[in-house]
Amino acid sequence: MEIYALLGFVLILSIYLGLELISKVPSTLHTPLMSGANAISGIALVGALVLSTDSNLQSAIAFLAVLFASINVFGGYLVTNRMLKMFKKK
Amino acid sequence: MSIFEDITAIQNIIYIVASILFISGIKMLGKEDTAVKGNFLSAFAMFIAVLATIIFIVDPVILLGGILLGAIIGSTIALKVKMTSIPEMVALFNGFGGLATFLIAWSEYNSIPDNYFQYLLVMVTIYIGGVTFTGSLIAYGKLSEKLKIAKTSIVTKIFTTIFYGSILFLIFSILLPFLPALGFNFFTVLLAITLLGGIGFVLPIGGGDMPVVISLLNSFSGIAAAFAGLLLLNNVLIVAGSLVGASGLILTVIMAKAMNRSINNILFVGYASASKGSSSEEQGEVSPINVADAFLILESASSVLIIPGYGMAVAQAQHVVRELGELLEENGTEVKYGIHPVAGRMPGHMNVLLAEANVPYDVLAEPDDVNPIMDSVDVAVVIGANDVVNPSATEEPGSPIYGMPIIEVHNAKTVFVLKRSMSSGFAGVQNPLFFKQNTRMLFGDAKESIGGLVSEFKD
Repeated sequence: MEIYALLGFVLILSIYLGLELISKVPSTLHTPLMSGANAISGIALVGALVLSTDSNLQSAIAFLAVLFASINVFGGYLVTNRMLKMFKKK
Repeated sequence: MSIFEDITAIQNIIYIVASILFISGIKMLGKEDTAVKGNFLSAFAMFIAVLATIIFIVDPVILLGGILLGAIIGSTIALKVKMTSIPEMVALFNGFGGLATFLIAWSEYNSIPDNYFQYLLVMVTIYIGGVTFTGSLIAYGKLSEKLKIAKTSIVTKIFTTIFYGSILFLIFSILLPFLPALGFNFFTVLLAITLLGGIGFVLPIGGGDMPVVISLLNSFSGIAAAFAGLLLLNNVLIVAGSLVGASGLILTVIMAKAMNRSINNILFVGYASASKGSSSEEQGEVSPINVADAFLILESASSVLIIPGYGMAVAQAQHVVRELGELLEENGTEVKYGIHPVAGRMPGHMNVLLAEANVPYDVLAEPDDVNPIMDSVDVAVVIGANDVVNPSATEEPGSPIYGMPIIEVHNAKTVFVLKRSMSSGFAGVQNPLFFKQNTRMLFGDAKESIGGLVSEFKD
């Protein structure tokens, strides 16, 4: 159980850190921030890659998890980059 | 130490480095000058985290095949999508992230959890991931206007009921190990009711409230990933997921504040049941204007403020708007854009559209910047915006939108409102702005009206 207490601590600290870091975002960047954060949530890919493939069902679940997380990662980063490239100063 | 332990240690160090890069990346994403770099940094963090994980991969054919296929599909969508379809694209990708965590938790359940805490995490991760998935799909359908089901329809009511039912079933599932054994497969029911519940969560929420919902779903996908990290004892998943959860939460709060409504009201109540006792019955006459007369007024104006809304997105008028802005500037007029945080269908929607049309971001101003100088504005041009410029919000305590921060265009010397017809905005509230003495209505399609003004300037 100690490991959960430790990781729970990491979780709380990270959320707090996130709130502090992002609290003042100009509205120009609301969409890119959302889209960029969305790409980061594709980190589920790291979890999907270590899933068991013991049975056919488990293999299918693992494959789909990797597939959809990868779409999230690649799609998310590329769309964010395309969007940010459009923002120009005068 | 065995070789295996060495590799685990190296992997953990790489995860820590990746976590730090994610933190710096998201910080840089919040500033205009560093945003592009921030996105690269976070992509690089993702790359090394995945690379460090592949070392332990069990089944390279299935898993690397999945990455490759996902990369092809994701990149194709991202590079082909039109910039105007960004809101629904973000919703779709977000849903896929939720689906991945849903599947991770499902797989972990099949591997039989070691202890009750793991079991609890499986249940909660399934629920948040699943609701994020189907909720985002519904948001995608609504944003792309493929899905049109009224809040009052029976379908919506059935799904809303299922949503509340799904919460009860989640609680039941969490308590199950303490209850006597049951004769049915509760887990399959949980999977199904979670997915249906996600539909019921988003279905009753109206288009104008989408910026809040989409931010909240964004936050959920991060929280689901963080929980999956707890489940798999993986620190980089926890850190990255938490950052996303936090950023989504911040956007949700910003959006709710910009509407002066509580998140609870937006999600579970909606405008329909807000107090009705508004006195907007005395309306009077509107003063229409045609393109030629509007041109004459604009030509002699020394400062113009353009306020875009969802109508500009629908009419795809951002390019002609930029052209008009440039012509006005050549004519010696000072041009600014007043952007309300909830104009459009997602946070920052107008900013993206105008950026696509090459409007530099430093002429885009927020309500707090333009309201104090509004009386020095000669012409305020409202393009397809309605509720965000409704003076009832400041003048009429009985109005459902009273207290919402607006762009106070009614204080400008002249207001042009470009509008298709006299229908009310999303909130269903009549807009007294249209009947003010200094307001002129320019009826018709925004793109055509602005196009008309542009050709007048060119002649």
